[in-house]
Amino acid sequence: MSHASPPAAHHLGEAVVRATGIEKYFGRNHVLRGIDLEVRRREAVMIIGRSGSGKTTLLRCINFLEEPTSGSVEVDGLRVNADPLHARSRHHREQIRQIRLRTGMLFQEFNLFPHMTALGNCIEAPMRVRGMRRDESVAMAEKFLDQVGVLEKRDEYPARLSGGQKQRVAIARALCMEPKVLLFDEPTSALDPELIGEVLSVMEELAHAGTTMIVVTHEMHFAREAADRVIFMEEGVIAEEGPPEQVLNDPQTAATRAFLRRFLET
Amino acid sequence: MTIVEQTPDRLARHAIEDVEAAERSSRWRWRGTFAVVWLGLILGLGIGLYATGRIDPSFIAEVGPFILEGAPITLLVCVLSITAATALAIIGALGRLSDNPIFNAIASFYVSVIRGTPLIVQILFWYLALPQFGIVLDALHAGIGALAFNYGAYMTEIFRAGIEAVPRGQQEAARAIGMTESQVMRRVVFPQALRIVTPAIGNEFIAMIKDSALVYLIGVREVLWRADVMGTRFFRSVETLLIAAVVYWILTIVLSYFQSRLERRMARGDR
Repeated sequence: MSHASPPAAHHLGEAVVRATGIEKYFGRNHVLRGIDLEVRRREAVMIIGRSGSGKTTLLRCINFLEEPTSGSVEVDGLRVNADPLHARSRHHREQIRQIRLRTGMLFQEFNLFPHMTALGNCIEAPMRVRGMRRDESVAMAEKFLDQVGVLEKRDEYPARLSGGQKQRVAIARALCMEPKVLLFDEPTSALDPELIGEVLSVMEELAHAGTTMIVVTHEMHFAREAADRVIFMEEGVIAEEGPPEQVLNDPQTAATRAFLRRFLET
Repeated sequence: MTIVEQTPDRLARHAIEDVEAAERSSRWRWRGTFAVVWLGLILGLGIGLYATGRIDPSFIAEVGPFILEGAPITLLVCVLSITAATALAIIGALGRLSDNPIFNAIASFYVSVIRGTPLIVQILFWYLALPQFGIVLDALHAGIGALAFNYGAYMTEIFRAGIEAVPRGQQEAARAIGMTESQVMRRVVFPQALRIVTPAIGNEFIAMIKDSALVYLIGVREVLWRADVMGTRFFRSVETLLIAAVVYWILTIVLSYFQSRLERRMARGDR
C-alpha cells in the first residue's frame, strides 16, 4: 500500500468515542482524575506519557476491561455509564458487550488464542459472536490477513509465528469484527526491536486509510507520522493535547517538555 | 588422500558426524542395558519364586483366565468413573472459582468432605448406608458412584488450577471481541485449561485403576474380587494375588503409553 494520501486529506467525521468525566480508583489509588476525551471518525489519537500516568487504564476504561469508578463512555451512539456497584448485573454486562462489539483492542502481549490457527483466531468472533456464515467469515479473514501481510500464515498456530506476525494477526482478528474504533495498548512494547517496524507500518497504513484509532504508545516517531492528535497524560489527567507537531515539537507544559527531553536524550 | 588435502570445512563435518555417531551408539548402549536389567529383574523374580517350590504353575494356568475376565470390568468401572468424575470436576471447579458465595460454598464443602474421609468409607457408604434411605444400588453402580464422587473432588482442584493457569490476557482478548462470559469459558478458557490438566488427569486415571480394586469389598466382580475368591477357596493366595497385581500393573503400563502419546499430540501448537 502506498502513502498516497497525506493526513491532511482526512475529513474527520462526527464523534465516535466520547468518554466523559472518567474517574478510576484502584483501591485508594486515584489513577484517572476526570478525563474527557472525544475521538472523531477517521481520527488517529496517540496517547503518550510516563508509565503510571494512567494512559493504559484510560484505554481499558473505554471498552470496560476496567470498570471506571465514575463517568460515562459513548461509542458510536451507545452510551454506558460507569456502574461499579452493579458491574455484574446482566443488563450492565450486556451494555458493555455492545460497547466491545463496536471496539477492537490490541494488546501488548498480543493475546492470540494459542489453540487456534491464525485463521481460526480471525473467524472465531465473526462466526460465534456475530453469527456469520463460515465461508463469509473466512473470506473476510483472508482479506484482512492479506491486508496486514500474513495471509501465507493463515494455517499456522501462534506458537509458530514471530512477535510481529502475531501482532499483525491480532490486528486482522480485531478488524474482522469491523469495529468503529481500534484501541492499541502499547502494541509494540513486547516486540524485539527489529520487529517493531512491521507492526508500526501496518498501523500507519490503517491510520492513513482513515481507521479511527486510539493508540497508547512510546513510539514518538510513529506518533509524529501517523497521529492526527497527540495527548500527553500526566498523573491521571490530560496535561496537553494537540496536533503532533505542536505537542511533540513545541510542548506547552513543563511536564510534557520534561517527558520529551528524556525521550530525545535516549 | 592425506589429511592436508582435505578442506577445513570437510574436516569439521567429519568431526561432527563422528561425535554424533558416538552419541547415538552410547544412547543405544544405555537403552540396551536398561532393557536387559528390567528383563533380568522380571525373570529373576519369576525364577526365584518358582525355586521356592511354593508356586504351582498349573494352578496359575487354571485360575488365570477366570481372574483375567475381571480386567474388562475393572476398565469399565474406571472409564465410567473417570468420565463422571471429569464432569463433576468441571462443575466443582466452576463453583470454586465462582463469585457467588452459595456455589462456592457448595463446591468447597464437597471437596472438603470427600478429601477428608477415606475412600473405602465412601464406597461402603454408597453400598451399605444409602439403602437405609431407600436408595438401593447394585455393587457395580455403588462402586462407580463412589469412585466418581471421590475422584471428582480431587480433580476439582486440578481443573481449578488449570483454569487459573490460563493467562488472564486470554479472557480479556475474548471479552474484547464481544464474547459472552459463557463463550469466553467454552471457546477460550476450557480448551486451554484442558490441555494444561491432561497430564494430571492421566495420572488420576492411572491412580483410579489401582483404587478401583477397593470395590472388590462390596462384591464387584473385578480383578481383585476374582483373585480373592480363588485364593481363599484353594488356599493359594500367592498365585492369585500375583496374577491380580500383574493385571493392574499391565493396565497401568498400557495407559501410561496412551497418556504420553496423547500428551505429545496435544503439544502441537504449544509455544
